[in-house]
Amino acid sequence: MSAVVPTPPASHYLNPPWGLKSWLLTTDHKRIAWLYVISLSGFFFLGGIAALLIRLELLSPPTDFLTEDFYNKMFSLHGIVMVWFFLIPSIPATMGNFLVPLMVGARDMAFPRLNLLSWYIYTIGGLLLIASVVLGGVDTGWTFYTPFSSQYSNSFVVPAAMGVFVVGFSTILTGLNIVTTTHEMRAPGLTWFRLPMFVWGNYSVSLLMVLATPVLTAVLLLIALERMLDLGIFNPALGGDPILFQHLFWFYSHPAVYMMILPAMGVVSEIIACFTRRPLFAYKSMALSILAIVLFGFLAWGHHMFVSGQSIHAGAVFSLFTFMVAVPSAIKVFNWVMSLKEGYIQFTAPMLYALSFLGLFTIGGLTGVVTATIGLDVHVHDTYFVIAHFHYIMVGASVTAYLGGLHFWWPKMTGRMYPERWAIVAAVALFIGFNLTFFPQFLLGIAGMPRRYASYPEEFQFLNVMSSLGAGVLAIGYLLPLVYLPWSLVRGKRAPSNPWRATGLEWQTTSPPPVHNFKVTPVVTGPAYDYR
Amino acid sequence: MTTASESRPQPAEQFDDLKQQFHADHMGMWIFLSTELMLFGAVFMGFAINRYLHPDAFAAAAGHLDLTMSSINTAVLFSSGFTMALAEQAVGEQRRRLGLGLLGTTIVLGLVFLAIKGYVYYQEMLEGLMPLPWLQFTYDGPSPDQAELFFNFYYILTGMHAFHMLVGVGAICIVLMLGWRRNNPASWVRQVKIVGMYWAFVDIVWVFVFTATFLLRA
Amino acid sequence: MNSQDAARFQDMGILPTQASSGAAQVDLLALAMLIFCALVLLAVFGLVLWFSWRYRAGSSVKRKPLSSERKQTAMEMIWAGGLFIVFMGFFYWGVDVYVQMYQQPDEDLTIEVVGKQWMWKLEHPNGAREIDTLHVPVNRKVRLNINSQDVIHSFYVPAFRIKKDAVPGMTTSIWFEPTEIGTYHLFCAEYCGTNHSHMRGQVIVMSQQDYSDWLTANGHEQTAALDGAQLFRTYGCSGCHIGSSVVDAPVLAGIYGRVVPLADGTTIIADEAYIRDSILHPHKDIVAGYKPVMPSFEGRMSEADLQKIIAYIRSLEPGDWQLERHGGNP
Ligand code: HEA
Ligand code: HEA
Ligand code: HEC
Ligand code: CUA
Ligand SMILES: [Cu+2]
Repeated sequence: MSAVVPTPPASHYLNPPWGLKSWLLTTDHKRIAWLYVISLSGFFFLGGIAALLIRLELLSPPTDFLTEDFYNKMFSLHGIVMVWFFLIPSIPATMGNFLVPLMVGARDMAFPRLNLLSWYIYTIGGLLLIASVVLGGVDTGWTFYTPFSSQYSNSFVVPAAMGVFVVGFSTILTGLNIVTTTHEMRAPGLTWFRLPMFVWGNYSVSLLMVLATPVLTAVLLLIALERMLDLGIFNPALGGDPILFQHLFWFYSHPAVYMMILPAMGVVSEIIACFTRRPLFAYKSMALSILAIVLFGFLAWGHHMFVSGQSIHAGAVFSLFTFMVAVPSAIKVFNWVMSLKEGYIQFTAPMLYALSFLGLFTIGGLTGVVTATIGLDVHVHDTYFVIAHFHYIMVGASVTAYLGGLHFWWPKMTGRMYPERWAIVAAVALFIGFNLTFFPQFLLGIAGMPRRYASYPEEFQFLNVMSSLGAGVLAIGYLLPLVYLPWSLVRGKRAPSNPWRATGLEWQTTSPPPVHNFKVTPVVTGPAYDYR
Repeated sequence: MTTASESRPQPAEQFDDLKQQFHADHMGMWIFLSTELMLFGAVFMGFAINRYLHPDAFAAAAGHLDLTMSSINTAVLFSSGFTMALAEQAVGEQRRRLGLGLLGTTIVLGLVFLAIKGYVYYQEMLEGLMPLPWLQFTYDGPSPDQAELFFNFYYILTGMHAFHMLVGVGAICIVLMLGWRRNNPASWVRQVKIVGMYWAFVDIVWVFVFTATFLLRA
Repeated sequence: MNSQDAARFQDMGILPTQASSGAAQVDLLALAMLIFCALVLLAVFGLVLWFSWRYRAGSSVKRKPLSSERKQTAMEMIWAGGLFIVFMGFFYWGVDVYVQMYQQPDEDLTIEVVGKQWMWKLEHPNGAREIDTLHVPVNRKVRLNINSQDVIHSFYVPAFRIKKDAVPGMTTSIWFEPTEIGTYHLFCAEYCGTNHSHMRGQVIVMSQQDYSDWLTANGHEQTAALDGAQLFRTYGCSGCHIGSSVVDAPVLAGIYGRVVPLADGTTIIADEAYIRDSILHPHKDIVAGYKPVMPSFEGRMSEADLQKIIAYIRSLEPGDWQLERHGGNP
């Protein structure tokens, strides 16, 4: 980094006006991204508090700290908040919103007003969810399985389901915006195979969002109607079919898990290319494997239902498709590893996050393959093994990538550098705490501890205590950035336009960027990652 | 809304030119329609599975619906689709008056559709076919439980469709107003096209709804 | 994992005991999978660490020029192709194990399983019924026909590596052949509401002789207790003693035979007579620390029902869910 203290650009998007109105009525994608960062962080900590309560209860075998009902409401809240109010919008709505127009060389998203509307819809959905919590909470788990959710639960299922229903529209609008922007607003010379991986990741995730979310919308609508009007669509006593719900739900939710990982893959690709100072290994197959994941992602949903009573043949077919969807992910891991070769690797905080991602995603993915092996899934289904599998991917990989990306683009987004040393401490605490928390859960699952258990037989206590202690370390890893990132807004060093000497159009404009991003529309003449 | 005082119409500030804006709007609408397709698709899937599980009960229940009125309604809807297509063409050819008239006709036809639909619902309610908790469900065919399931799907599908009709009528009203005020003739062409796409989609969905609920009968 | 363990359950430790013929097959597959995953993981972590060291920014290793995109793609195809073949191997093996698990064997014994919030009701071929505990003979093929009365549950016995959802409105089935005598955990693995985590029980594998003795001796007692469990709900006892947090009523699991402190400072042994009195004349002996709010059931309950309820209360054990539900309370 240069020794010269850079002066901030004369005019940029963070310049006044600074009033509440200028933020709440903005159509600037960069400011909207900030609105999301703030609301998403709020929900992340809400979900985190629920997680902490879960882990406290599980310190001892009987249900002593919370009641059963409260525990059940906590994991439901935790799952619902983390999935729909944090992780799915996390990268696309914040960094995606901020960076996709910059990276394709556009002045804004294709539909700036829809973009703002999307945030308002998110907020309304969030308020509905909070209303359901204030009223007394929801205890169905994030999966809303029928007929429990539609007939038997005594909790506030309808407001919660409506919160998720509403937030779905926000997701759809964000996706619509990103797809259209990527298709129609690329700068001259920026062909598809010159796009940064981050754009590929957000583009493909947006495809999933617009195609899969409506199915969730429909199914939540049916649940709410079923509950209020007693329709019977999922009620076997009236000839309905409770398994139908599971099919519809997972038809959405399996693609949804890829919504949570694809943008993270994009972030990591950018970071790795930048800090190895090398082009990504096999760029084209990176892009194509993302598309393959999108495609196969729609065919694998039945792997959540191996023991649900679907036919043996269906089980086998879904197992096959699940194996197929793992192949493109394996290609990507191979590529990231090979990208390190012959590089000039700098271990900055974002790079540490990216390397953590690589390791944790591989563990999470491999255990996904274990559950895809249908004969093994019968044993581990609905045990802590599955909990560990998806936390490895969603927390270990996606949230880590989210934090990595936030650090990587922090200078661009704020015009300030974050404190490198603290960031490295946080990244390391995260990695250690994470493994302490979730590795014991694999063992618990193999030993047979079912999930969603407020109390458990005594022999599982040791591993549960380990997991709870690990969660404490993990919490430090998350709380540190909460302190030093805001601090850096005031005290951080001023950032130059391109502190990492990275390629990519976003680095060619000032930090922070001007209101319309570029003084002149950039023209692209070479491939992405032209490092040498 | 700024009035376009210049003679050359300007694109919105994030676009380079009007052509790009047109493409983007077009694409946005297509994507939106694909989400709509998935939305209806999911409910149709539920319907299809239940029909497969209880074919006889569903066919018998469909027989209780009023085919005549709904066929008339289908004709009304198709005419509205036709007038909308004509409106798009007229607007594209700068024949503003004609365009406005055709848009108005489309709105009227859409409202007629909704009115007939409401009448049909009312009749069904009197017959006791509406399975709402506060109404008495009376059904004289075989396996009333499954028939009730059919009617649930029937009301969900037609209800969702009617909701989309309402939104569509609203959207046409807005473009009609915009055309009336002559704010931005060049964008108007685009807006009418976009709304036309939506209206066409709503028509097509009706074909499926109509087939599934009315035509597959005993 | 040693089976002469004195504890109540044999299935402890990282891997639950292999107690059925199918468990060994699952474990073999798991072992193969574990080795494979370990190798991949080792390769990935090893390469990352090695490259990170060797190609760190400061090192002076000479960097070779990058291979062409074509060569890169070729390397990748080899990797992906090889992986795909391995995957297909695991896929096939996994399906094979799965099909055996669910395909109908020529069973020796069929047991009807009904899940309901929050208990397992089991019925043996001769009509003997039991709750939350399943007695089965060793080395016989046992088939379970599983059903649910309300929401979805899942019948899970880790020691047998089997699991199957109990879905209302449809009958699912699974089979196993126990190979080790002992007591094993039975869990409800599908979330089913408030007391999902207490919907636990045990599978007791007995010698074939013991099993037939058990059938003749205990079948009747168990049946009475099962009816009692129903009555415990229909008479509304559960409303205070299990379900409610509004009324504070003592926990009845494990009470039989225990010493109960009374409000007047004395104690009494909870035998059958005491329980009978508590139901018919609740105000006679008030349990210390509780209000005398329990209504009398004298004249409202037939003698037969009373006996069934008493049988049910007797059948409860301290480990049962009612106890743990109030585990933290005095
Ligand atoms: C971001 C989220 C995310 C992602 C990306 C994935 C990815 C995968 N998931 Fe996961 N999954 C979840 C989130 C996710 N999952 C959640 C939330 C649940 C539980 C839901 C609930 O019930 O509440 C779940 C549950 C779940 C189940 C059901 C388990 C059960 O309930 O019984 C299955 C079964 O097949 C499965 C499989 C997979 C597979 C095969 C992948 C693959 O895509 C993984 C591919 C990646 C790799 C394979 C690793 C990298 C590759 C290499 C390093 C190369 C070498 C690899 C090999 C040689 C194997 N997942
Ligand atoms: C994005 C998704 C996401 C994320 C990030 C997490 C994060 C975490 N999750 Fe969760 N989890 C899910 C998605 C996620 N989870 C889902 C979908 C389920 C299934 C739900 C269901 O079954 O329906 C689940 C279920 C689940 C369970 C199983 C519950 C059960 O089945 O009974 C457990 C148990 O340990 C757990 C733990 C954790 C922990 C310790 C973290 C940690 O990583 C959290 C770390 C964060 C913090 C610790 C916050 C730190 C800061 C604070 C708390 C602030 C302190 C307080 C103040 C300042 C006031 N999660
Ligand atoms: C209104 C709530 C209520 C209902 C209904 C109720 N109980 Fe009780 N029960 C109590 C309370 C409070 C106590 C403790 C005070 C006492 O001993 O009377 C108690 C005590 C008992 C005891 C003695 C427990 C001990 O720890 O010594 C037994 C046995 C018992 N009940 C059985 C029953 C049965 C069987 C029924 C149903 C037929 C029933 N109860 C219905 C509230 C209730
Ligand atoms: Cu029954 Cu969980
Ligand atoms: Cu999945």
